[in-house]
Amino acid sequence: MRVLETGNHLVALAARAAGVEVVPAYPITPQTQVIEKIAELIAAGQMDAEYIPVESEHSACAALVAASLTGARAFSATSAHGLAYMHEMVHFAAGIRAPVVMVNVNRALGPGWNIWCDHQDSISQRDTGWLQLYAASHQEVVDSVIQGYRIAEDWSVLLPHMINIDAFVLSHTYMDAEVPEIDEVKDFLPPYKPRWKFDPRLPVTHGSVVYPDDFSETRQSMQIGQENARRVIREVCKEYSELFGRWHGDLVEEYRIDDADIAIVAMGTIASESKVAVDVLREEGVCAGVFRVRYFRPFPIEEIRSLGHRVKSVLVIDRDYSYGMEGALFTELKGALYGYSEIPVRNLIVGLGGRDVSYELIVDMAKKALSGELGEITWGDSRLTSAHRVTLECLEDFKKIFG
Amino acid sequence: MVTLKSLPEEELFLAGSTACHGCPSSLALRIAFKALGSNVLLIVVASCTSVLQGSYPFSAINVPLLNMAFATGGASASGAVAGYKALKKRGEIEEEPTVLVWAGDGGTYDIGIQSLSGAAERETNFIYFCYNNEMYSNTGTQRSGATPLGAWTTTTPAGKPQHRKDIAQIMIAHGIPYVATVSLAYPLDFFQKMQKAKSIVGTKYIELLAPCPPGWKFPSSKTIEVSRLAVQSGMWLLYEHENGETRFTAATKKIIEGKVRKRPVKEYLDMQGRFKPVLEKPEGKEAEELLERKVTESIKRLKGWVPEYI
Repeated sequence: MRVLETGNHLVALAARAAGVEVVPAYPITPQTQVIEKIAELIAAGQMDAEYIPVESEHSACAALVAASLTGARAFSATSAHGLAYMHEMVHFAAGIRAPVVMVNVNRALGPGWNIWCDHQDSISQRDTGWLQLYAASHQEVVDSVIQGYRIAEDWSVLLPHMINIDAFVLSHTYMDAEVPEIDEVKDFLPPYKPRWKFDPRLPVTHGSVVYPDDFSETRQSMQIGQENARRVIREVCKEYSELFGRWHGDLVEEYRIDDADIAIVAMGTIASESKVAVDVLREEGVCAGVFRVRYFRPFPIEEIRSLGHRVKSVLVIDRDYSYGMEGALFTELKGALYGYSEIPVRNLIVGLGGRDVSYELIVDMAKKALSGELGEITWGDSRLTSAHRVTLECLEDFKKIFG
Repeated sequence: MVTLKSLPEEELFLAGSTACHGCPSSLALRIAFKALGSNVLLIVVASCTSVLQGSYPFSAINVPLLNMAFATGGASASGAVAGYKALKKRGEIEEEPTVLVWAGDGGTYDIGIQSLSGAAERETNFIYFCYNNEMYSNTGTQRSGATPLGAWTTTTPAGKPQHRKDIAQIMIAHGIPYVATVSLAYPLDFFQKMQKAKSIVGTKYIELLAPCPPGWKFPSSKTIEVSRLAVQSGMWLLYEHENGETRFTAATKKIIEGKVRKRPVKEYLDMQGRFKPVLEKPEGKEAEELLERKVTESIKRLKGWVPEYI
């Protein structure tokens, strides 16, 4: 079915198409429309699922885990502070191997309060064991939710799957997209068949005390699940494109990279903006391409190592920051390249707290990166605003009064 | 009539648990399972029971057991209940299992109250069981919101200066269909309340006073005696709240009706080492009087809700 909808509503329609059975959720801007739409579909008898209006995100993730382990297909959505608030349970979901799908609408973390887009929220959940995808278009949001269950529920993976979508850029803008009907999805994604579940006919204890002698292996098995996910993601994305005719990449998506001198590496919608920048750069005679990291976890190590031999320079755009270090994607990419390639890699920090990222800026920075003008890390849109000047004056007042 | 001999013989709490001697939680699990049967999902939040069930790959619990994070009792139950409902719709199960949350007082009075309150407000169909040992026993006996006035813990070395909160009454205020308190010294009363909880649809809250031998500092052979004296002294009141009415049960009922004389709180305090630091001090007498007065106040308040005793 062809619809004109917001990214958030498309998430809800995709969850329905995926045959989701339980939805525990808590409202937070800019995710709210997702759960409103799901509640609306259920109330109208257009979606057959249990909606649990939990009293916090920590509880949302707890209910998500518990529902999944009974053998039901469970879904939730959150954002920023909500994701941070459920952090303990984010670890729990992966550690207890609950193959759920959760959409995170990427938003800045306060203070100061900021409801707009950046990737700090999900980047901060990097080491929890979840698969992490960053979508770059409305259609990809729909397809990723459906693909997400196939990947998470694969018996060789069994890890939760986070689908990250950029606040407002995707969540609140309307775009036409194709949403498959439940019947169309059935063959690709049959009802959830867990490898094991909590059934009184065969009682098992799960999540009990594990001593040092046995613990490390439980964590290694999560890494094995992540490694298996690389294969499963490639297979599932290929199968999906054959069935539905839509391809958004697998672990990565490439754009005009084959003959490129410089690769612009980014996640989410900045990668879409970068495609425009690349077209402009090429009109000006600069051979650039986009290398979009679709999956941040599992990280596309092989693809990046191969990229290291295909281009002469890399500009990594981060919409996040690891304080005391650098952009998180920048660190990861350099780590993957270490020992494989010595091409220069530069880091551009932009778009924090929803500041607009224009293709003009990306064009400018890519040229500087190629010519060697760009330092290792550049806060690309940093400037002194009139609001910042007020703060500086206020600090002067403090100095005058309190010394 | 239910007698000890008529209780089901099947044990779903198996031998080989790693509980301390005289552990009230393991005794309570036996009685609870006898009342609920085997079609149960047990959800244990971080507490002594996370440890006493046995460690990976062994388990002393012969029903499905999900170990969850400290604050998640109510929310986990909501998720599991919804999951089983979905499975029933799909035709995979005939009867949805009873979901039983097992939490200590730390996981109930303190860190878990939000999640429990949310589940109760959502009218989640489950039994929440709080085994209240009045302290964080699992981490080595620290103060909780359930610790009574005057009690020693490692974080109240001079005795706790505040009274405990009464969470059973907070649960009654949620308007849930069934709230009951139980004691190991009155196992048939306990058994019947669990059975009743199973038969009622909605959120059921059951709370056990769980005397902890190492935490309360009494010999591990005395768990039942301390439990009994708690009830006989009025420090633990046995009642059930249903359809807007509170009914006293077992020994508490006899005390209220004047058929049995209430024992002094002092006798109960003297049985335990945890009140010694306070009782040995000059203000010990005052603490004892405050606790005695609290008992009277609690009975008065509860009696006010029971027309036949006014």
